[in-house]
Order: sequence, then structure tokens, then C-alpha cells
Amino acid sequence: MTHTRERAVSRRGSGLVLRIVPPGLYSGRGGVIVERALVVNRRAWLAIVSGFFEPVLFLLSLGVGFGQLVSEVAGPGGQPLSYATFVAPALLAASAMNGAVYDATFNIFFKFKYARLYDAMLATPMGPLDIAIGEISWALLRGGLYSAAFLLVMLGMGLILSPWALLALPAALLVAFAFAAVGMAATTFMRSWQDFDLVQLAVLPMFLFSTTFFPLSVYPAGVRVVVQVTPLYQAVELLRGLTTGHVTWAALGNVAYFAVMAATGVVVAGRRLAGLLLK
Amino acid sequence: MTTVDLPLVRASGLTKHFGDFEAVRGIDVEVRRGEAFGFLGPNGAGKSSTMRMVACTSPRTGGDLRVLGMDPDVDGPRIRSRIGVVPQEDNLDTELTARQNLEVYGRYFGLSRAHVRSKAVELLDFAQLADRADHEVEPLSGGMKRRLTIARSLVNDPDLLLLDEPTTGLDPQARHLLWDRLFRLKQSGVTLIITTHYMDEAEQLCDRLVVMDGGRIAAEGSPQDLIARHSTREVLELRFAPGDQDAVVPVVTPLADRVEVLPDRLLLYTADGDGVLDAVHARGVRPLSSLVRRSSLEDVFLRLTGRTLVD
Ligand SMILES: Nc1ncnc2c1ncn2[C@@H]1O[C@H](COP(=O)(O)OP(=O)(O)O)[C@@H](O)[C@H]1O
Ligand SMILES: [Mg+2]
Repeated sequence: MTHTRERAVSRRGSGLVLRIVPPGLYSGRGGVIVERALVVNRRAWLAIVSGFFEPVLFLLSLGVGFGQLVSEVAGPGGQPLSYATFVAPALLAASAMNGAVYDATFNIFFKFKYARLYDAMLATPMGPLDIAIGEISWALLRGGLYSAAFLLVMLGMGLILSPWALLALPAALLVAFAFAAVGMAATTFMRSWQDFDLVQLAVLPMFLFSTTFFPLSVYPAGVRVVVQVTPLYQAVELLRGLTTGHVTWAALGNVAYFAVMAATGVVVAGRRLAGLLLK
Repeated sequence: MTTVDLPLVRASGLTKHFGDFEAVRGIDVEVRRGEAFGFLGPNGAGKSSTMRMVACTSPRTGGDLRVLGMDPDVDGPRIRSRIGVVPQEDNLDTELTARQNLEVYGRYFGLSRAHVRSKAVELLDFAQLADRADHEVEPLSGGMKRRLTIARSLVNDPDLLLLDEPTTGLDPQARHLLWDRLFRLKQSGVTLIITTHYMDEAEQLCDRLVVMDGGRIAAEGSPQDLIARHSTREVLELRFAPGDQDAVVPVVTPLADRVEVLPDRLLLYTADGDGVLDAVHARGVRPLSSLVRRSSLEDVFLRLTGRTLVD
């Protein structure tokens, strides 16, 4: 028995994260939360599969149906694109956002507030940062499956114009990571279900106006700046560039945007959870 | 670390504040290996706050605390890997079955899958839940959930087990079943720390205990010690019709070592309950009912704090 215990202790993770967060917040064991989620969802795979269909239905309705009315749209470099080719990467970005935000807000609020799941976890060697990283990883794993499937559908429909699209999957994961991290951080400030209306208030306008369905050129100059700072716009730019093959140095700017967003979200979420749970 | 006589928990001047409120006001405690140690006190005494500090899930405000020889502020995860915690409120994972609750919890400790699988079987047996192993936990009875929570706390073979009000809210049969399980643990050498506001639970389970009230420790010792030190051998309880009680107090006070006036009865502390009852009758006092019993921890608490344990 003692040897298992020794191993349990020595297995505590190491590395950069351990150096920048206070001791006790992180033990390098977030993966177990993903394991738990797999056990929980073992019987709920149908619910998971259904999550894949939403962006595909949007693609069929808008890209194929509505697209018949629109001859061509100007793509990232100004080159003409079919409407379906234009809208598909944006739907990929939006579904990465929606999935991550949903997982990181509603699901986590429930576990935190009602199920007291995290209280139980924190009585073990796990720390709040393990919880943040574990929950976000699970959201990513699921989101990654959806993104990969959606990219395959795009490929089948001839909506992928460049091998750069291979990078669209990791890019979509990064986007989801950033949204999940910030969503989780935001959740730690919420007091009741009413506060979630604010989440909708942030997510829905972004979905509608962040060049998901039409190019930035439709906006007057002053509004463009507002659109351009939104994270969904950054995500759409990045993914649209990759699937249409118009990749510029600006893509690195998009990546940096999400790296900062993700890191800030994780640290704030971990610390806030610590403050709320370790009273 | 391996020194046998090193106390598993040592607190001195331990305090816990929530904002301006002082929940724990400087307590000194030592828990030795192999004993069952109790915190007896009413709601709000600061028992759970103390337990959470020992469990390293709540940072202390002041004073010194060592658990298994380590400082929770520094070695929280390492300490937690060697203790088991049964919180006051069950927090089982309602999305998992009973068995999965044990297995997944074991994984939080970094134990191998094979190990937690066999451990879960052993613990389900111990908790007498083998026939419910693959059921959801929500429909389980209160007693079953409590036993499962205790089983869960044992998944890492802890050196020290913290039980916060293990039987509050359970019916008598479920309590006895639980006490039996805790006895077995004690017998097998696990060090237990138990909080309770039931004096019978403290008397049954604890080798040594502290009486806690208002964030302070009022007394410390074995149940027998405390009774011998702070109470008399017997107690005579007298009940009267509403309104009659006040007039009787001056009459019976000289007959006993000490008299406590409760809203619904008088308690007369004495070495000889029957003798005092005769004397009471001889003075023409006619209570509705009377009862002679041995002193309990409840009486100790009343003596020390002027209040009853359960209101
Ligand atoms: N998180 C908290 N925030 C503010 N006050 C608290 C908190 N936890 C406990 N208290 C207060 O501290 C006192 C002691 O509580 P507690 O330790 O739970 O007592 P017990 O377990 O003996 O009933 C109570 O008055 C309670 O209201
Ligand atoms: Mg309590």
C-alpha cells in the first residue's frame, strides 16, 4: 500500500506552471477530470454525437440553401469565394466558441454550485488549477472531435481550398481553449442562473456580426475596429485564412491573441476557484 | 515522520476568521496516533471550520498547525494524499454509480486503475453496499450515502480519518450500523477525528475529546474524566406543570450540589439521586415526573457553558 502512496506523491507534476502558481493550487493531475468525464459520458454518447450536427445543419441551410441567392463573396485576400466556402470556416469558429462557452459556463456552474463536485475533489491532492485545466481539457477534447468531423464535411463538400487547412484543427482547438478558459473564469463571478443571460448577450451578437455571415467591408470604418477586437472575429479570420489558403503574418497575431486570452483565463479561473472553494 | 509518538495533529493558538467574525478563537489540540478524538459542541461552535483547516481545504488565519508533521500551508496536497475526509454534507458524485464514485475518487489520488478497481470492491463490502454497487447514488438512503462517503474517504488507506458529524440526520438504526463500521476502523488502527453534537456519539466513539463552544475549547479529557471532573455521579431530573417550576427552585437548591434550571425541567446534581428525590418529596414538592440517571457529557457541557448541546 505504501508504495502506491509514494508514487501518488512523487507523480505530482512539475514544470513551468508549478513555478508561477502558488503551492497547493496545482498537482499536475487535471487529466483525471477528463477520465471522469469519459466515465460519465460512456452511456451518453448519443448526446455527444448530436452536438456535431448543429454546425452541419447551419452549413447546409446557409451555405448551400442561402448561398444560391449570393453569387460570390470577397474572401480574405479579396479573391472571390462561393458563399459556402466563405461561411463554412466561420461556422467552424463559431461552433468552437459555442461549445467551449457552454461547457465552461453552464456545466461548470452546476458542478460548482449544486453538485459540490469540486469540494470533494479539493479534499484530495488535486488543486483548483487541476480542476480548471481538467475541465477545459475535456471541453477541448469534445470540441476537437466536432471540429475534426466538421472539417471532414467541408472537405467532402469541396469547401477546403488549401492544405493549410490541416492547421485548422489545432487552430480551432486553440480558439476553444481560449473561450473555455475565459468562460470558466467568468463563471466564477456568477451568482445565479440569471447571470448567464450576460453570457448570451456576449455570445449571440458576436455570432451574428463578427464577419461570420458577411465580410468586414459592409461596416463603416468606425464599426470595423469594434468588430475586429472581438475574439470571434479573430477566430474567423484565422480559420478562414487557413481553409481558403490565404495565410499571412496576421495569423500569428490571431494566435497570440488566443494564447493570451487562454493563459489569462486559466490563471484567473484557478485563482478564483481557490478563493471560492478554499475559504 | 515515522516516530510513533509524534502527534498526527498538533494545533496551538489556531484561529479562523471569516471577515470580522471569529469562528475559531485560538485552540490547542493534540491528536495521537491510533486514538479516536472528538470535538463535541453545538451548532456554530467552530467544529467544521477546525476540521476544514486540518483537512487542508481552508487556510488558517493564525496560530500554528501541523498535520502528519507537515504545515498545511506548505504541504497541503501531500497531507491530503494521506488523510480521508467525510464532510458534514455528503458530496458524492451524482453523475456516477456507487462503484464509480470510489474508483474515480481513488484516481484523484493518483492511484492506479487496477488498484482502485479492487479497492472499490473491498470498500463496497465494508460499507455493506455490494448489492448497490452499480446503482446511481441519488436514490440511496441517507445512511447508505453516509456509508458510501466513509468508504470513499478510505480509498487511499489514510493514516488519519476526519469525520464531520458522521451520523447527524440519520435514524437510530442507521446510526448504530455506522458506529459499528467506525468501531471496526478504530480497531484496525486508523486514527479518527470526529465532530458531533450528540453526547452519546462522543461517549461511544471517542477515547478523548474536547468540548468546544463559541470557537473556544472549554475542557479536554476522556468522556469518563470529563464527567468525573465537571459533574456529579448522578442527576435527578424533575418536571413540573408549566409555571410551577420557579417557586420550587429555592426549596430544592439546598438539597443538591448544584441545580440547573432548564425551560422544561430542573436538573439536580448529586452523588445520590434517590436520596435527594426522597428529600424533595419530604419537603412537599410534587413534580409531575422524576428520573434519576447517571451524569453524561451533556451535563458536562451544560456545566461548562450554561447551555444545552442540542436545542
Ligand atoms: N464560509 C463561511 N463564511 C462565513 N462564516 C462562516 C463560514 N463558515 C462558517 N462560518 C461561521 O462560523 C461559525 C462556526 O461554524 P462551523 O465551523 O460550521 O461550526 P460547527 O461545525 O461547529 O457547527 C458559525 O457561526 C458559522 O456561521
Ligand atoms: Mg459543522
